[in-house]
Amino acid sequence: MTEGLNNPDIPIPDELAGSIAITTLDKIYNWGRRSSIWPMMFGLACCAIEMIATAASRYDLSRFGMEVMRPSPRQADLMIVSGTVTKKMIPVIVRLYNQMPEPKYVLAMGACASGGGPFKEGYNVVAGVDKFIPVDVYTPGCPPTPQALLHGLITLQKKIDKQSILKVNWYRKEAIPAIPIPILGPDLIDPRDYEKIRNLPPVQEESTAEA
Amino acid sequence: MTENVEVPKELDATIQSMDNRFHDIVTLDDRKSYTGYLVPVENLIDFATSIRDDLGYDYLSSVTGVDYFPEEKMEVVYHAYKTSGGGALVFKVQIPREKPEVPSLISVFPGSDFQEREAWDLLGIRFSGHPNLTRILMWEGFEGHPLRKDWKEPFFEEEKKPYKNRWPEGGVYRIEDEVPMGKNVKYPLGFDPQKWTPEEQTTFKEDMDSEAGDNGSNGSAMHTDQIVVNLGPQHPSTHGVFRMVARLDGETVVDLYPEMGYLHRNHEKIGERNTYIMNMPYTDRLDYISSMSNNLGYALAVESLMGIKPPERTEYIRVMMVELTRIVSHLWSIGFLLNDLGAFFTPALYAINERELILDIFEATAGSRMMCNYLRFGGISRDLPDGILETVRELVNERLPRKIDELDTYLTENEILRSRCIGVGVLSKEDAIAYSAAGPVLRASGVSYDVRRADPYSIYERFEFDVVVRYNGDVYDRYLVRMEEIRQSLRILHQVVRDIPEGEIQTGKALYQVRVPAGEAYGRVENPKGELGFYVVSNGKPNPWRYHIRAPSFINLTALGKMCKGEKVADVVAILGSIDIVLGETDR
Ligand code: SF4
Repeated sequence: MTEGLNNPDIPIPDELAGSIAITTLDKIYNWGRRSSIWPMMFGLACCAIEMIATAASRYDLSRFGMEVMRPSPRQADLMIVSGTVTKKMIPVIVRLYNQMPEPKYVLAMGACASGGGPFKEGYNVVAGVDKFIPVDVYTPGCPPTPQALLHGLITLQKKIDKQSILKVNWYRKEAIPAIPIPILGPDLIDPRDYEKIRNLPPVQEESTAEA
Repeated sequence: MTENVEVPKELDATIQSMDNRFHDIVTLDDRKSYTGYLVPVENLIDFATSIRDDLGYDYLSSVTGVDYFPEEKMEVVYHAYKTSGGGALVFKVQIPREKPEVPSLISVFPGSDFQEREAWDLLGIRFSGHPNLTRILMWEGFEGHPLRKDWKEPFFEEEKKPYKNRWPEGGVYRIEDEVPMGKNVKYPLGFDPQKWTPEEQTTFKEDMDSEAGDNGSNGSAMHTDQIVVNLGPQHPSTHGVFRMVARLDGETVVDLYPEMGYLHRNHEKIGERNTYIMNMPYTDRLDYISSMSNNLGYALAVESLMGIKPPERTEYIRVMMVELTRIVSHLWSIGFLLNDLGAFFTPALYAINERELILDIFEATAGSRMMCNYLRFGGISRDLPDGILETVRELVNERLPRKIDELDTYLTENEILRSRCIGVGVLSKEDAIAYSAAGPVLRASGVSYDVRRADPYSIYERFEFDVVVRYNGDVYDRYLVRMEEIRQSLRILHQVVRDIPEGEIQTGKALYQVRVPAGEAYGRVENPKGELGFYVVSNGKPNPWRYHIRAPSFINLTALGKMCKGEKVADVVAILGSIDIVLGETDR
C-alpha cells in the first residue's frame, strides 16, 4: 500500500522498507482524500439508477473507497448531480451545495446535468447545473454507463491528486462566499441577475406580450 | 382506423339503456376517427354519477384537457372503465377557450383530484368545486399555463421539429446565443425582481392550521403539540425528488400531503413539438426502470391511429421484452422496499444482481442498458442478435426461478418484514377503485384488474397466466403481489421462448417520418407500476397535436395521504416504497 506514496528521492533502509514510508505532505493529504470520497446520497432522475447500479456488486464503487453514501450534505465530499435539474429543484440543490463542507466536489452525471440533455428546451429545465454551481467533472451519456461514471470518478481522483495543500482555497483566511439561492418567481430568478432582468431588452417584452 | 369508427356505435347501446334523461342531451362525438360522447357542462356530474352507478363504469382512469386553439375551445377528456373488464367509455366536455371552467368530478371519482390539478396547472382549465385547485407540477406563482398552444417556452425556436436550422438547412446555432440573457427564463413585462414579493406557498389548508397545538379532545387528555415535518425533496427514502409534508401528533401521522413536480421535465410540451417517432426515446425516460413497456404503450396508441399491426415475430419479441422489464421493475421495487424498511442495501444487491443479467439482454438487443428505444410503429428497431434467445431461455427457465425462490425464502417469512408490513398502509377495495389506483396497488386491495386480461392488447390473450390478487390492501400484500407477478411473468416468458416464430419484424417500410391520419387514440398497457396510458390526438400533421400520458405513479399517489393517516411516521417510508413510484413518470 505504501508504494504509491513513497517519495523516490529519499532512500529507505531495506530493513525498514516494509513499515515506513517517506512522502510529501501533499501526497499523503491527497491520497487520504482521494481514497475516501463520500458521495452524497441523492438522486435526481434516470441517471440516479445507473449511479445505484454503479454502487452495486457488479461495478462496486467500494473499490475506490466511495461506497459510503451520506444522506446528509454535512458529511459528504462529492455531489453527484445525477439527472435533470429543474427550476423547481435548483434552489434545493444550491442550498445542499452550500451546506456541504469544504473541500467539496461536483460531478455532473449525464447529458441533463451537464447541459440540459434531451429536455433542454423544456420550460422547467435548467440547461446544466453549472449555471449555478461549479462543476469539477462532466460525465457524458444518457445515462452514462456505470463504467463511464467510474471513469468520471477516477478523473476526479486525478484532479484531487494535483491539488496542493498550500494553495487550496479552503485553508485561506477569507471565507468562501455561499452561492445565492435562486428564487421561484414568475420564472426562476437568479439573485446575481437582478440588474440584467430589470434592463431586459424589448425583444423579451414583445414575446411575453403576445404570449 | 376502421375499429375506431365501430366502437361508438356499440357503446351507444349502453347509453341507450341508460336513464333516458340523457338521450337528448348527450351526443355522439362524430368527428372523424374520434370516439365517445360529448356531454354538456351542466350535466357532467349527473352523467358521471349515472355511468358509475347505473352502467358500472366505476373506474375513472384518465382525465386530461386538449387545447383546440384554432377552434377557440378547450376540451376535457375522460376515460372510464369497468373494473370487471372491457373497453373504455370516453366522454368529453367542450368549453370556450377564454373562460374554461368545468365542474370538478372529485365528488364522484376522488381519483380525479391530481389529474384535475394538473389540467389546471398546465392548461388553465378551472375545475369548480375542487377543494384545493392549486398548481401541482409547477410552483404557485409561475407565469402562464404552459401546455396552451399559444404559450411559448423561453427556448422556443419553432412550432414544430425538425427545426429548420438543423435540417434541411443545417446552419446550426445554439439557442442560448439567441435569447436575452442566454438563459431559459422569461419574465412578464416590466418585471422588477426587487419590488416583487413571492406568492405564499401554503401546503396545508388554513382550517388544518387552526387545529394545531391541541390534542385534548375531552379536556382530560394530555396536551401535545402537533408538528409539521417535511420529508424531501432530497431524502433517501423518497426514491428521487419527491416531497411529503406530514403533520404529526407525536409519532402518528395526522395528515400527509405529497408535493411533486421537482422532476417535471415537460414531456408533453416537448412531445407536441416532436415528430411522432422522436417521442419514442422520450417515453423511455418516463418510468426509466421499465423503458420497454413504455415504448409499447406509445407504439400501441400510434399504431391504432395508423391502423397497422406488427408482424407475429415482433409481437412475441415485444411481449418478451415487456415481461423481462416487469421482472426488472418488480425486483428493483422489492429490493428498495427492503431498503426503506431499514435492511439497507443487502436485499437490493441481490435484486440488482439479477437485474444486471436482464439488462445485458437489453444491451445486446437494443444497444442500451436502460433507455432501450427499441420499439417502432409497426415493428421494432432490429431483430434479436444471434444467440440471445438461448441466453433468455437459460435465464427464464433455470436461473431466475431459482433466484426468485431464494429471495422468497429470505424475505417472505422474515419476521421483521412481516411485522413492519402486515396491516400497515391499508387501502380498502372501495377506496382503491375510487382513487383510481392501478397495478399492484389495486390488485393488492382485492380488485382483480389487469389490463392484460381486462382489455387485452398485443397478443396477451394467447398466453396462460394468472392475475395475481390479494385482499388485505396492506404493504405486505403489495409486496406479495409483486413477488407472485414475477413468477407469472416467468410463466409467460416460458411460453414466449417456446413459441416464438421466425419471420419479418416490421410491417411496411420503417419510416423516419410516419403518416398518422387525423383522429384520437388512447393506448394503454399494464406497466409494472400500473396502467400506463397514452392519449394522442393527431391533426394529420407530422407532429401530434396533443400528447398526454396517464402516469400510474402519479395517480397512485392520490391515495397516499389516505393510506398514511393514522400510521406511524416511520411507516410512511414503507408505504411510499410499497406504492413504488418512479419520479420520471410522476412528474413527467
Ligand atoms: S442524461 Fe438521460 S438518463 Fe440522465 S437524467 Fe437526463 S434524460 Fe435521464
